Amino acid sequence: MARIQPATAIAAGPALSLPDVSWLLVSLALVAAPHALRLPLWIAPLAAALAFWRWHIAHRGLALPRKLALVPLVVAVTASVYLSHGDLLGRDAGVSLLVMMLALKLLETTRPRDAMLMLLFGYFLVITNFLYSESVSTALYMLLGVVAITATMINFHHGPSPAALRNTLRIALLLVAQAAPLMLVLFILFPRVQGPLWGVQYDKSGGSTGLSDTMAPGSMSQLSLSRATAFRAKFETAPPAQYALYWRGPVLWDFDGRTWSGNARQESVADRSYVAKSVPLRYAVTLEPHGKTSMLALDLPIERPRDSKLTPDFQIIASAPVTTRMRYEMASVLDYHANVDASDDELRRALRLPDNSNPRARALAKTLRSDSDSDRDIVDAALALFRQQPFFYTLSPPLLGAQAVDEFLFDKRRGFCEHYASSFTFLMRAAGVPARVVTGYQGGEINPLDDYMVVRQADAHAWAEVWLLDRGWVRIDPTAAVAPSRVEQGVTAALPAEEAFVLANFSEQNWLRPARLTWDAAANSWNQWVLGYDPSRQLQVLSNIGLRGASWRTMAVVLIVVVSIIVLAMAAMLLRQHRAAPRDPVVSAYRTFCAKLAKGGFSRQPAEGPRDFAARVAEAKPEHAAAIAAISRLYIDLRYGVLAERAAAERLARLVKQLKI
Amino acid sequence: MFGWQEIFILPTGHGFLFGVILLLMLTGSVNYDLSLGLVLTFLLGAMGVVSIFHTYRNLARLRISVRRNPPVFAGGQAIFTLKVENAENLPRYNVTIHCGRQTSAPFDVPALGAVDIQLAVPAPRRGVLKPGRCKLGTRFPLGLFKAWAYLIPDSYCLIYPNPECEIRRPLPRAEAGDSIARASGNDDFAGLRSYQRGDALRHVAWKAVARGHPLMTKQFDGNADLSIWLDWDELPASMDTEARLSRLARWVLDAGSGQKSFGLRLPGQTVPPATGAVQQQRCLSALARFGL
Repeated sequence: MARIQPATAIAAGPALSLPDVSWLLVSLALVAAPHALRLPLWIAPLAAALAFWRWHIAHRGLALPRKLALVPLVVAVTASVYLSHGDLLGRDAGVSLLVMMLALKLLETTRPRDAMLMLLFGYFLVITNFLYSESVSTALYMLLGVVAITATMINFHHGPSPAALRNTLRIALLLVAQAAPLMLVLFILFPRVQGPLWGVQYDKSGGSTGLSDTMAPGSMSQLSLSRATAFRAKFETAPPAQYALYWRGPVLWDFDGRTWSGNARQESVADRSYVAKSVPLRYAVTLEPHGKTSMLALDLPIERPRDSKLTPDFQIIASAPVTTRMRYEMASVLDYHANVDASDDELRRALRLPDNSNPRARALAKTLRSDSDSDRDIVDAALALFRQQPFFYTLSPPLLGAQAVDEFLFDKRRGFCEHYASSFTFLMRAAGVPARVVTGYQGGEINPLDDYMVVRQADAHAWAEVWLLDRGWVRIDPTAAVAPSRVEQGVTAALPAEEAFVLANFSEQNWLRPARLTWDAAANSWNQWVLGYDPSRQLQVLSNIGLRGASWRTMAVVLIVVVSIIVLAMAAMLLRQHRAAPRDPVVSAYRTFCAKLAKGGFSRQPAEGPRDFAARVAEAKPEHAAAIAAISRLYIDLRYGVLAERAAAERLARLVKQLKI
Repeated sequence: MFGWQEIFILPTGHGFLFGVILLLMLTGSVNYDLSLGLVLTFLLGAMGVVSIFHTYRNLARLRISVRRNPPVFAGGQAIFTLKVENAENLPRYNVTIHCGRQTSAPFDVPALGAVDIQLAVPAPRRGVLKPGRCKLGTRFPLGLFKAWAYLIPDSYCLIYPNPECEIRRPLPRAEAGDSIARASGNDDFAGLRSYQRGDALRHVAWKAVARGHPLMTKQFDGNADLSIWLDWDELPASMDTEARLSRLARWVLDAGSGQKSFGLRLPGQTVPPATGAVQQQRCLSALARFGL
């Protein structure tokens, strides 16, 4: 039994000890560390220095600096943050400020109650990490941070027991584990609101990779070096063949002699119309954030997801830039007649070229026109030209000057998809065939583990569309004429060997492939079920569990009921009586024995020892005398003698059980 | 022992701040579309809920019993000892007991164990001191919630009058045959009186017992070894009650340290003469309770 010395009143708790300070520093450093490389370079060393200073003070038992002395430091740090970021409220500036203020607060933290304040803000520091990354590894690391902060809080409220570290960690893990079911239910059922509630000022994807609204020579080949996922698609039926996988992105109408640009202003007044020649294909797209409004869909989309519009040239445009991963259901047809009844305005626009540019190409176009009977012939003649002339497919094309089309067609002849699409469209327009450039992605890789098709930035592609009488807009891929393998097998196959080697470094190494596919599938499930769990996904899940078309009110009721059940179950589990140590089996066996005899009319008197009791009963019940004597003797030996074997105790219990009075 | 009804639980200041931070995190997660932010918010919220049960559980079914408290002199500190017992296989952490203005140091109660908690309470006046309503509290494990329960320990501490601390006042003289200072020496036989517990066996009138009489004690008169009577009425009339008690307490202490037997006479109460520490305590108790 411990004896506690009397204590006088404790007002604000004892000062933080060195272990307390170490706990605090370690747990906060753990959750702040990932910010080190994202914030201005001076932040991490300064914060570390302040933390070390605090540790030194605790280690040596020195006094903290006076509060007044910290004021200039606070002012200087705030000013530095402002100078580094240009504001104090943006994401980066806010995180910098939070980190620095916590580091400074360390220097006036003397007691557990101040430290608690810091730990609560430590939880907040955890969430700021998710502004930068929501990957599986970030989540796991931050779980570690939460356990550390929680353990530190427990450490401050743990009381005087020794062996604190292990016990504290154990309790922290227990709390997290016990909280998990409630967390899961809240995550699934808590009514989702589509953000943002107020202006989000940053581009969450960081430096956005992806298609841009313009296309100049070289813009696509940059993307081809990126293994980053552009989007994923899951088909309801078997996916189409590789060569049919043209994912439509921005359609580019306007050419200034070098750069193609999109049609932000919808000049075309034409209606969108199409005739499907095949069954619509249904699939769901999970689009990675790219900071633009264009949404990808298989050529030719015939539906539009919520909060988006489908333009006359069959682009899907989101109502706001895609800054978070989004998932949408789509339907497309692969065989179609599109806008056969195109208006004159639309066709005029598809013929417009800047004056006086690329004279050689114009001359070539004139020849093509005069040698052909129809627009279709012109297209074929141009494609034949690309096939027959010595054109090369390469990721590192030579630089092109002002007359880019002329230089490419007649001098350099080495290029990537944008060069072919651009010069082909130019030729068509110059020859009087309405044409436009379409950018997007071509290809995709099915992951057999989860049947999702991954389309990467490396699959970025550009092709052309020409308008033919009776057919409407027809896709023509001039790159396919030069490098058919690009369309059939992907970029790596189409490149010359020495360039393919660069790409191969991060793609097709066979022994790595299963690992990569597994990781891809895991990341995809994470995206689908954790990060992509948005209002529409929630409705889908609720309808799967029988709450189809649930109203906001029904969801709230379901949430409250389920949470109440879980909380009650938790209460029952946590508040149950923890049984005392098991009773001595010897005593309980003898009690049973006495109870049996009492039922038979022999109750043991308070002053009667086991031996006398046994003698009295044996005299009255000679038929049980042997058993009673054996039990009593065994009990006396076990309880008062030196016999202390488990086997003997078990024998006693067995004998008592066998006794029938 | 604290069961369902008697434990109160409320958020602490930190608990409220925690709630505010959770709300911030919730709106932030919705605004910035942070799924993991929501996961974190819900996890922390659920941990808060779980910690309510832990905090409650940390007090539930603790048994408190009272130990004997040694008397002290007025002006000193009464030490109350409470035994906090945990009959369950679940250790309890960081519990405090709060009585009056005194708070114990935080203590743990091991599983299936017990601790003695001593609380020092100032005892300014003589009499019977009760600890009054005490509060058993805890903030374990996270400090976001505080649970507490009230108990009124069935315990008291006797506070003796503060002995007058002047240099030794002379004790009253022991006088033979005096009606006030009734002495009982052992020189001359003076008569018989009925036996009282504590009388020396050699003074029992065994011959009378042999004749069938009840136990009688022989009394002697003598000058050699007289009892001292500490008498309330002997003190100057100008002294008030507490001063008289204080003086008597001093006398009791002085008399108790000597070999002579002494008795105490208070208005309406008499402690018969005897010697030793027990007699001293008996007299001091009578002084402590006088007039209550």
